[in-house]
Amino acid sequence: MNILTGNDLKTGDVVWWTGSTWSRLVGDSVAVDGDGADILAGESAAQRVNAAYAVEADANGLPLHIKDRVRAAGPTVRLDLSASTPLFRL
Amino acid sequence: MYQYDKYDQTLVDQRVADFRDQVARRLAGEITEDQFKPLRLMNGLYLQLHAYMLRVAIPYGTLNSAQMHMLAHIARKYDRDYGHFTTRQNIQYNWIKLEECPDIIADLASVEMHAIQTSGNCIRNISSDQFAGAAADEVTDPRPWAELLRQWSTFHPEFSYLPRKFKIAVIASTEDRAAMRLHDIGLELVKKDGVLGARVFVGGGMGRTPMIAPEVNPFVTADDLLSYLEACLRVYNRYGRRDNIYKARIKILVHEIGVDAYRTQVEEEFAHVKTLGMDPPAAEFERIAAYFAPPAFDVGASDSVDLSDKAFAAWVKQNTFTHKQPGYAGVTISLKPIGGIPGDASSAQISVMAELAKAYSFDELRVTHAQNIVLPHVAKRDLKALYDALVAADLATANLDQITDIIACPGLDYCSLANARSIPVAQKIALRFADAERQADIGELKLKISGCINACGHHHAGHIGILGVDRKGVENYQLTLGGSGAEDASLGKIIGPGFDEDGIVDAVERAVEKYLAVREDGERFLDTYRRVGMEPFKEAVYV
Repeated sequence: MNILTGNDLKTGDVVWWTGSTWSRLVGDSVAVDGDGADILAGESAAQRVNAAYAVEADANGLPLHIKDRVRAAGPTVRLDLSASTPLFRL
Repeated sequence: MYQYDKYDQTLVDQRVADFRDQVARRLAGEITEDQFKPLRLMNGLYLQLHAYMLRVAIPYGTLNSAQMHMLAHIARKYDRDYGHFTTRQNIQYNWIKLEECPDIIADLASVEMHAIQTSGNCIRNISSDQFAGAAADEVTDPRPWAELLRQWSTFHPEFSYLPRKFKIAVIASTEDRAAMRLHDIGLELVKKDGVLGARVFVGGGMGRTPMIAPEVNPFVTADDLLSYLEACLRVYNRYGRRDNIYKARIKILVHEIGVDAYRTQVEEEFAHVKTLGMDPPAAEFERIAAYFAPPAFDVGASDSVDLSDKAFAAWVKQNTFTHKQPGYAGVTISLKPIGGIPGDASSAQISVMAELAKAYSFDELRVTHAQNIVLPHVAKRDLKALYDALVAADLATANLDQITDIIACPGLDYCSLANARSIPVAQKIALRFADAERQADIGELKLKISGCINACGHHHAGHIGILGVDRKGVENYQLTLGGSGAEDASLGKIIGPGFDEDGIVDAVERAVEKYLAVREDGERFLDTYRRVGMEPFKEAVYV
């Protein structure tokens, strides 16, 4: 399944699509149909989030690829700086 | 050091006003990200893995204490209380908010700083020797020339949209402390029959196609230097490829047409450019050079240092540098605490370094391409007091140029281009080799780690280099041996199949143990590798 992520326009924070808005917590993300192209197009027009894209997620809704897992968890060398308590460790 | 005149300050202040307006329009939705992106990049603002990242220019790595304090202030007020000093002698902040960025660059402008020329296909921030003006082996101070190039290149109308980014380094000694030949243009200032000029090297670089710059001209007189560089850039701008980003750097052009053909083109262009009156009048150069006059050294200062404290003695031996002025030393503050993040410093540490520069180094600091900080002019009588203050700030690691003095790019922990993490590998290697006696026994060993082929961690130039790659979604690390960014520049060669994160640490250790087993008297790791070749190391690493 796929979930959507991007960076908040004002703050640059990593955000995840919840079905109606964006959250800083990956745990709030919801699966989207296909690659979420319609949502991405709508959100691009809304200009709230930059560089949004779909990522593959596991059954728990967590990203599969290491790059997106680092985005979700924060720098692995500074876990104190994560947006939220990391849901997992790499 | 150089101080802005009214033209410099006006340029920078105007840029702040322009960017404030551009950000406001972006936040109001009046311009799209596609329209805004090139504007923010021209002000050093990237969008990275976790947030916006601001890269601040530090021209030829030189700072005064007020500027260093400002860097600490920005870390405290706008970021998460730290900054990362880079291999381009700059600093970057990893957690910047777009809405606050105009205020940040306004703060920078208040101390004659900016974030221009830290991104985009322009001539980037000029780099130089961190010991410029202090080194006993320099033929002249390269900083006035670096400053002249800064003024020439900033907002240069012809060179703001080059085929690709362009990096220039200036040194003035035969010992290369700035990886000069791994730049698009490397200049080594030299004297010939008493006349100052430069050896000009063109077409070096790292990245996916690493090359050592060939010498294009063995001696360009100082009076012709700016015109000659203008010609070098014009030929590149005319013939450099714009159809393929991976073939767009000048190294590809020089390689493809050959250095002789490139030289011929440059000479033809130079004959024309020289008629344009581009080189500055002597009075203008002297105006610039006057800012770099030596500080008021104590001429009678003693060279004597009490080395009875063993830890202090080890630090003096490892982290100080021979100064041209008797009674003084250059000091390198290592930003490589064992197990720490290479190049990172907290706002408190940045402030401490600013204060120490003011107290002990005539208000001057330098950033090195190896991600350390230099206090260039410290009286030897002050070394112990300085050392004690550094110890208190956790800044006194005595490991300069040793195996734990690791260059590492931010890697996949921060960078959106990276394929693998660099920092955790650096931390594990540093911890593995933490023992000071073991490091001293190993001697000079430059270990450099990049998290992708763009090579910001200079792995091609590492005596031991590590390149992180993505192998089917899993981090993998290639080991290279034999690189050097110094005057004996060479590119490292891949030893064989890659390793996982723990495997690469073991592989490094086995390579080092092989070196210790086969080295001859006085040989560094690099010397032994060059003498015995790859095969013995390969046998040791792949046991």
